[in-house]
Amino acid sequence: METLLNDFSVGLFIMQAIILVILILLMRKFAWKPILDSLQNREEGIKNALVSAEKARLEMQNLNSENEKLLKEARAEREAMLKEARDMKNKMVEDAKTEAKEEASKIVAQAQASIESEKNAAIAELKLQVANLSIDIAEKVIREELSNKDKQVKLVESMLSEAKLN
Amino acid sequence: MVAKKSIKLIAVLVLMVTSFSSLANEGDHKQETHGKGELVDSPEEIREYIAHHLKDSHDFHFFTDNASGTHFSFPLPVIVWTSNGLKAFMSSEFHHDDNAQVIVEKDEVSLVKLHSKIYELEAGASSIDFDEAHHPTNAHKVLDFSITKSVFGMLLAGFLMLLGFTALARGYKKGAIPTGFGRVLEPLVIYVRDEIARPNIGEKKYRKFMGFLLTVFFFIWILNLLGLTPIGFNVTGQIAVTACLAVFTMVIYMVSASKDFWKHTLWMPGVPVILRPILAVIELVGFVLIKPFSLLVRLFANMTAGHFVVMSLIALMITMKQAFGPVASTGMSLVLALFISVIEILVAFLQAFIFTMLSSLFIGMAVEEHDHH
Repeated sequence: METLLNDFSVGLFIMQAIILVILILLMRKFAWKPILDSLQNREEGIKNALVSAEKARLEMQNLNSENEKLLKEARAEREAMLKEARDMKNKMVEDAKTEAKEEASKIVAQAQASIESEKNAAIAELKLQVANLSIDIAEKVIREELSNKDKQVKLVESMLSEAKLN
Repeated sequence: MVAKKSIKLIAVLVLMVTSFSSLANEGDHKQETHGKGELVDSPEEIREYIAHHLKDSHDFHFFTDNASGTHFSFPLPVIVWTSNGLKAFMSSEFHHDDNAQVIVEKDEVSLVKLHSKIYELEAGASSIDFDEAHHPTNAHKVLDFSITKSVFGMLLAGFLMLLGFTALARGYKKGAIPTGFGRVLEPLVIYVRDEIARPNIGEKKYRKFMGFLLTVFFFIWILNLLGLTPIGFNVTGQIAVTACLAVFTMVIYMVSASKDFWKHTLWMPGVPVILRPILAVIELVGFVLIKPFSLLVRLFANMTAGHFVVMSLIALMITMKQAFGPVASTGMSLVLALFISVIEILVAFLQAFIFTMLSSLFIGMAVEEHDHH
């Protein structure tokens, strides 16, 4: 302890104090202040840059989701339009089909009707002709039959016999 | 930039070497009578040599050529406050004498140098007298403002700091990211700010103390590292230096202490009233004496011990020569001294860190504001 105290130099203490004060002042003015200021500026710059990057990212994200939404909407719209078109087409086809069917059946019915009427007319004509023919034949036959007395009697007799039987 | 810096460095080195050699030559002529021409080889001499190294000195001694007795050293200015006012002269006037044999006369004041201290002889005394404990009886110490080796070391450290950090500061004008050596310095500054000052003092107030903390951190660290060079500085091992640093810390935290701090220190709330004055005394003694004392002793003791151990291990080479032979003792000394030197590099940083850390811790305690109560 005594040697320690003996070694303690007041002059050195004072010199050290003076040097330290001057050094602190000089360093503060010429080194620490500019260094710390620039460090702080740089750190703030980095922080700001990070914040704005994050902001830009979020904006981008928003934009993306908006785009996505728009795209989805457009897709849905397209889908709806397609569906509508398809429906319309189907309906049109269906309509055309039924119409055609109706038309066809109508035509068929008409054809059938005309066939029927033709047939009736034909039958009527046929009947008429057959009747005429029969009358002609009958006239001729009767003429033939009545030219001969025997035959007239015979006929009358046969008819009478038939009538009895009836 | 780098090239410019290295040119500067070379210029400084050249300046130092030339001045050293010229001064050494000057020393040469005056040295003839005093050279002992002996090797430092006995345990006592080694002990004395180490003790001498640990002390401050008035000239910058590199080594002594024992064959011719030439000291390779350069003198430093001696500035002393004597009974007859301020006296300044070069330490070469003592002719490397450290035993109060050479008397320097300056305007009726007789000065001698004894064990790295300058004494003024009482009026009328023509030579120094000692008592049994080898204390001078007819001389007293003078206030010594000399540019001693330690002061020279401090100036060198300050110069290096100014050189390095103003360069870093200037570098920021060119761009946000430093180039060259600034890249090494910048992380250190950030380290002190973010790991030492901010967590201990607090985000709001740390800025005010950065000037002191950064200066002290780099000052101590550079001086510790200079102490590891063979130039042989032992600045942070001078108790006056560490005491001054500790007193600075103490003054700073006492001056900037908050109202809350004084309230808690002098009249601790939540404690029985009878205990409060006792606590106040304990707290005050703790802050004014014990904390600075622990700071100054820690740094001083660590650095002194480091120097002592390294020098002792180097001296093993000589002391163990008898027992193990020259090769084994040299090898052992080399390995051990290398090992301890590597540890000392760590300690150099560690002590600077601890000093700054504790300083900021104490400042943090003093400026803290309690929002409860």
